[in-house]
Amino acid sequence: MSLWKIAWRSILQRGLASALTTLSMALGVMLVVAVLLLYGIISTQFQNNSSLGYNMIVGPNKGGKLQLTLNTVYYLSEPVGIIPYSYYLEFKDAQERSRYDGVEERDGKFAAFTAAAIPVCLGDYLGRFRVVGTTPDMFEELRYGPEANLEYEFAAGRNFQTRSEEHGFFEAVLGSAVARELGISVGETISPSHGVPGGHEHEQKFTVVGVLRPTGTPNDRAAFINVEGFYLMADHATPLEEFEMGENEVAAESEEEPAATAKKSEAPKSLYPTTPLPVNERAVSGVLVRTISPLVTAGLVQQIDRGRTAQAVLPVREIYNLFENIVGPIQAVLLALTVMICIVSGLSILVSIYNSMSDRRHEIAVMRALGASRTVVGSIVLIEAILLSLGGAALGFVAGHGLIASAGGIIEERTGVQIGFFDFAPPMEDVELWIGGPLLTIPISTELWVLPSLILLAILVGFWPAVEAYRTDVARSL
Amino acid sequence: MLLLENVKKSYREPDGGVLPVLDIPRFTVDAGEQMVLVGRSGCGKTTLLHVIAGISRPDAGRVQIDGRDVAKLSESGADNFRAAMLGFIFQTFNLLPGFTALENVLLGMTFARRKYNPGRARELLDRVGLSHRSHHKPGQLSVGEQQRVAVARALANEPKLLLADEPTANVDPGNQQNIIDLIRGVCKEEGVALVLVTHGEEVASQFERVDHLEEINLVGKRMSKS
Repeated sequence: MSLWKIAWRSILQRGLASALTTLSMALGVMLVVAVLLLYGIISTQFQNNSSLGYNMIVGPNKGGKLQLTLNTVYYLSEPVGIIPYSYYLEFKDAQERSRYDGVEERDGKFAAFTAAAIPVCLGDYLGRFRVVGTTPDMFEELRYGPEANLEYEFAAGRNFQTRSEEHGFFEAVLGSAVARELGISVGETISPSHGVPGGHEHEQKFTVVGVLRPTGTPNDRAAFINVEGFYLMADHATPLEEFEMGENEVAAESEEEPAATAKKSEAPKSLYPTTPLPVNERAVSGVLVRTISPLVTAGLVQQIDRGRTAQAVLPVREIYNLFENIVGPIQAVLLALTVMICIVSGLSILVSIYNSMSDRRHEIAVMRALGASRTVVGSIVLIEAILLSLGGAALGFVAGHGLIASAGGIIEERTGVQIGFFDFAPPMEDVELWIGGPLLTIPISTELWVLPSLILLAILVGFWPAVEAYRTDVARSL
Repeated sequence: MLLLENVKKSYREPDGGVLPVLDIPRFTVDAGEQMVLVGRSGCGKTTLLHVIAGISRPDAGRVQIDGRDVAKLSESGADNFRAAMLGFIFQTFNLLPGFTALENVLLGMTFARRKYNPGRARELLDRVGLSHRSHHKPGQLSVGEQQRVAVARALANEPKLLLADEPTANVDPGNQQNIIDLIRGVCKEEGVALVLVTHGEEVASQFERVDHLEEINLVGKRMSKS
């Protein structure tokens, strides 16, 4: 019979006390696992998703940089304002600009530094999901994934077109979560609602021509409509007076004749017009920009920030700052609290075993009389502490993952991050192992560090009762 | 087989004084011999058994079992020696309540190196008539059955010497004779020497050799005279 079995029997013999001790340890571990898992996965996902093929966001010069990042990249919180479409066109070259009536045929002021610029128009909803008015470039120019090298793929259908023969300006593509949750498939039509989830529905219907494959990015939770169709919906044309200030600034910044500020177009009479909205009535919530090189990024940010029309933010930096300055400290406090809970749970193991020592002194003496050495009886007590800790840890791991998995729907809804039962917290840093050859780098989940920590804790708390067992006076205790 | 020479043992009292308990010039038991030690309460019977078993160290003297002086062994050496050479039957059985009858017998084997043998444990339970109760815990056994498990456990490691400390004191009168017969019978079959401590004259009268501790222990003699 092994010492482990003897220790296990001793635990079973004190069933209720052992169960309560294990439960308190399990609760501690559950909280530690939940905090590590939640923070780890969300921070990794946020940081991975903060650069989906672009390195800069240009948005209105209102609100904070973080808010602009959150609502443009993650579709969280409300858009802070708009910038003129003509400002967006400053990122385009002469050829691109020539497609628009009334726009001077020249390279945009920022075009030389820009590899890609994609407009984002926010403000409408489909159910609880954000509707994003954008161009087909969104899925053609941009990439996603940790290395930002994965192309967007369609589970069904195709990308929307700027103008299709079949549906004109009114085509849409749905993120995977939107299509799944709302049960919409290719060929069906959608009507975005204006302003808030559940707001009044626009009369225009967009035909869904594609459903994206899941990407694990916030784009899974958005519906994308052709920006040309977006502008043709009621209330989406921006009154000229709203732009007077902005347009002048744009012109001044770009030293351009205010050609774009042409006469306001006549309101579209048809529900599905065949001519696009004039540029001077258009606005965007933000522009996703990929610069031609990281070297020009800082200069471009400065140049944009010098004007009063727009501001430029670097989403990776904003998200890094968010986690470093706000989320990180909160997580550290939470982690410290949960570690304290674990230590208290460890102490409860100490108290539980120590209290049982007076009852067990006789049993220990009997074992000694049967030939067990001091080391053996001390080891049995120590093993008992380790088993209680490991039992609590195992339960805590399952409960922690269960807790996070059960809250997966809410987490996905609030953050767009999908977490399942079998997701583990990402590694804090890779562990390098030398196994008789090349150095092996193994990413070990931060959660798994909890295990040796608990064993160490168990040895520490089990040490005292183990010494008591070791010192038991056999003759007196028999 | 067992030889005690000039064994002295005393305890320190709370007031700092010294209470002599044992002073035995000579005490021997031959291999396979069965003998009884009788004596009044507090005359040092249990202390003597503890000294023989190496649980307590004598202050002086020699405790030799099968040619080895237990008093000179290190503590872990004494533990190993006890596990391999001695069997112990207690007055209160001292079965561990969390373990089944079979596991209690196996427990004795666990602490002796190279003696772990579940087959022998089952065989011993069969010999004490408890093979059908091997998976019952002590709380599910009668008092007589518990003491029979204790007998099986004491013999598990094929000891050379069995020490029984008033093994029938807590057994009902109807079962006392069964227990004595069992202990004597199994010891005889296994060729184990037996030192049985008892108060009962009825039990003592069945043994050819009966030693009175007051007579072999000089401390007891002095107390009797005073």
